[in-house]
Amino acid sequence: MLEIKGLRATAGDTEILKGIDLTVRAGEVHAVMGPNGSGKSTLAQVLAGHPAYQVTGGSVLYQGRDLLELEPEERAQAGVFLAFQYPVEIPGVTNAYFLRAAYNEIRKSHGLEEVDSMDFLDILEDKLKLVEWEPEIMSRAVNAGFSGGEKKRNEILQMAVLEPKLAILDETDSGLDIDALRIVASGVNKLRRPDSATIVVTHYQRLLNYIVPDYVHVLSNGRIVKSGGKELALELEARGYEWLEEAVGVAS
Amino acid sequence: MTEPFVQEFEARAGTATADGPEWLEPIRQAAMERFARSGFPTARDEEWRFTPIGPIVQGSWRAASGTSGELGREQLDSFIFGHPDWTTLVFVNGVFHDALSSVGPLPGGVRVASLAEALRSDGASIECHLARHAPVDGSPFTALNTALMREGGVVLVGAGVDLDMPVHLLQVSTAEAAGTVAHPRNLIVVERGARASVIESYVTLAPGRSYWTNPVTEVAVAAGAWLEHTRIQRESEAAFHVGLTQVDQARDSHYRSFSFAMGGALARHNLHVRLNDENIESLMYGLYLTRGEQVVDNHTAIYHDRPNCRSWEVYKGILDGRSRAVFNGKVFVQPEAQKTDAKQTNRNLLLSDGARVDTKPQLEIFADDVKCTHGATVGRLDDLARFYARSRGLSTSAAERLLTYAFAAEVAGEVALVPVREELDRLVFERLGSR
Repeated sequence: MLEIKGLRATAGDTEILKGIDLTVRAGEVHAVMGPNGSGKSTLAQVLAGHPAYQVTGGSVLYQGRDLLELEPEERAQAGVFLAFQYPVEIPGVTNAYFLRAAYNEIRKSHGLEEVDSMDFLDILEDKLKLVEWEPEIMSRAVNAGFSGGEKKRNEILQMAVLEPKLAILDETDSGLDIDALRIVASGVNKLRRPDSATIVVTHYQRLLNYIVPDYVHVLSNGRIVKSGGKELALELEARGYEWLEEAVGVAS
Repeated sequence: MTEPFVQEFEARAGTATADGPEWLEPIRQAAMERFARSGFPTARDEEWRFTPIGPIVQGSWRAASGTSGELGREQLDSFIFGHPDWTTLVFVNGVFHDALSSVGPLPGGVRVASLAEALRSDGASIECHLARHAPVDGSPFTALNTALMREGGVVLVGAGVDLDMPVHLLQVSTAEAAGTVAHPRNLIVVERGARASVIESYVTLAPGRSYWTNPVTEVAVAAGAWLEHTRIQRESEAAFHVGLTQVDQARDSHYRSFSFAMGGALARHNLHVRLNDENIESLMYGLYLTRGEQVVDNHTAIYHDRPNCRSWEVYKGILDGRSRAVFNGKVFVQPEAQKTDAKQTNRNLLLSDGARVDTKPQLEIFADDVKCTHGATVGRLDDLARFYARSRGLSTSAAERLLTYAFAAEVAGEVALVPVREELDRLVFERLGSR
């Protein structure tokens, strides 16, 4: 589904990704871990097409297409979804309106009819249950005045409605209390399908107790320095990141 | 430049502006004298420094005189909204149009009439209000309106009455308005404990024509009364519009204004609200959408004369093309007006490099125990928000439209009356869709 080769990216003059190789197949969950500043959030944002980063080398194939050639909206329409670390507040537009606009744009790109607001309510009903929310949340402005936990839940709700093929969760666990974490993780788990894949970007192992990865990759200074199974996450939790950085001789 | 108006005034025997009750004539005389003496404002006048009124001053304007053509209600479809039972008074080129107007079911104690009709039959009940709230020495434009006012809407809501359906005062200009000036004069009086909504619209059926509208609206909100007052200005983009809304509020009253402006080559609206007693609440919202070479100017002034009152003001603008917006917000807090709570915000969104905003808060506070804040911003669409929307599948243009709409909707959402809010939404959508 996703094949990243030698990906390099900069923000301004600073090189952040220094040659990433990563392959994700349908049905898999990959965790990308690493200390602050290792480039893991940058990787997530580059995959979604964040304009603040310039790709300077390497390639990304997504379902056989050159992902880097696509505009952010084209990536979304092709099934790429980034759950933001810091979801953006949009006062003045209701959650329902925003999400329906997104849903319809994606449908239109597939040559499907737009749905009206009544039909959309039906679609929402099940999705809201997934994140244990009442419909009232849909008449509030997008993320405006939401708590940190509500914002993350809202990202998962959007993901549930948009049904991506490749979901990238950027530190979705940061700032969540244990209840919110459980709700968010169970939502993600219920959305797992054999034909979709998930990349979970996280600093802590905690989330991976709930969303169990097939593979764990450790990013340090813009490179993947170690890959392994889910037990690698536990090892990181116990030993921290320093031993890995030392082991591969990465200068910090 | 004042000469043609003085001549018109002197030669008006037998015309509509010569009619009216006895008490009105000295008011008209004094107003014309005031106008003739002062003339139009000049560039040296601080109040008008940013308002390019040159084309008005140098133009030659005939008095607007209604229409000779046939006009059907269906031509007004895009200007009339809400429930068909709403009372709607239609004025075409400054003259009341009976056939297009409709008076819905009104509760007892409510009077809705055109000004000329009200002067004939309700003289006494409007004598204590007409030209008592908007002083002619306030501005030459007000003086000119007062001297030459002919028609407008009069809405009188008796004590304790809840006018559950709004009244719509609709000023329409047609192609015949080209080269003319109208001086609409509205009067809204909401008596003690009463509740009402009034919509004032200025629209055109001749989008390319140049004409001038010079309206004055006087509003009295009595003790404990509640009024929502929406002003929708959709003049021709070649037209001139200089208007005043003057409000007097009594104890425990609530007045909320929404001033929406999207028309006019030059459009200025002055909103002056005087808080004459204690425990008064005034909400002043505004939204202006400009494009091309338009200049839209909002001057607001709020007078906190007495203690324990609250005023809350939010004006937002969305500017495109080479258009310009002016915002001037005055807040006066008198020494006696302790415990005043006043907040003023002006936010502007620039959609183009050529657009410009002059924003000026002007707080004059003479009391010490008050809470007064103000803030003004001029900015562009947020890059991160644009990316967020695009990452959900919206094209750049759809994302920008959504975010621009959101910017407007945040203030339009403050309108209490749902159909009015929906109409504003529609107008914003329509304008953004045409980009």
